[in-house]
Amino acid sequence: MIESPAMPVNTEAIGKSYPPTVYAVGREKVREYAHAIGDTDPLTLDVEAARAAGYADVVAPPMFAVVYGAPAVMAGLFDPEVGIDFSRMVHGGQEFVWGELVVAGDEITTTATVKDVSERAGNGFFVFETRSVNQHGAEVCLGTWNNIVRGA
Amino acid sequence: MEIAELKVTPDRYLTVRYAGASGDFNPIHIDEDFAQMVGLPGRILHGLYTMAQVARAQTEAGGGPGSLRRLAVQFRGMGVPEAEITITSTVRDERDGIAYVDCVAEQNGRAIIRNAEAEVVVGD
Repeated sequence: MIESPAMPVNTEAIGKSYPPTVYAVGREKVREYAHAIGDTDPLTLDVEAARAAGYADVVAPPMFAVVYGAPAVMAGLFDPEVGIDFSRMVHGGQEFVWGELVVAGDEITTTATVKDVSERAGNGFFVFETRSVNQHGAEVCLGTWNNIVRGA
Repeated sequence: MEIAELKVTPDRYLTVRYAGASGDFNPIHIDEDFAQMVGLPGRILHGLYTMAQVARAQTEAGGGPGSLRRLAVQFRGMGVPEAEITITSTVRDERDGIAYVDCVAEQNGRAIIRNAEAEVVVGD
């Protein structure tokens, strides 16, 4: 029986946090993102419709969380202490839990943390968590980013 | 509550537009030669684009961007441009104004997102 070679992972990075990133949500960026994913909701595309519904400006689609959240995760992905080999990395899974809606004009501050690092069957599992809040301190999204680094 | 099936066919240049919109310029999504060089059949879709289609199926049924409370997915296989994606959503449970939904994204007869769980706020 041949055992898969163990992938050495550094579990000391668990719990490590990175400096927060701040993302200013622009109206045209929200619309550009909506067009790319095929979202036709008037609240997202039409500022008048959004204002008529009581929002200050166009409302970001939920998955816009990727746009304001990913820059925070980058610090962890590139952290030598975490030690991810990009040539073998795949995105294994993703979770978002949404709070207050994000609208154009908001400033979203996101903090990323290394939630878990483990090794299973020769593969490395790297889990990052992001917490995003708006300029009023209200939580807008919690993200869990699961990356898998395949063993040699 | 029922959530309609969503079908979408990303066109040839979708990955380029999505890269610009999302900020993810990994060349496996936008450069055919690079993708083949690293052993892929060609450019592949961003997993988070496909996840956004699962999200869209929920918000279109649920009543807008505020109706999706949670979405968790597992990426399996690889999506490709120029082939239809089908999002299937099954309401498993509905309580306290929230629908708990199981979703799958399939392309070319294979699941590219599976075991997806959504929580959608049920309108009045």
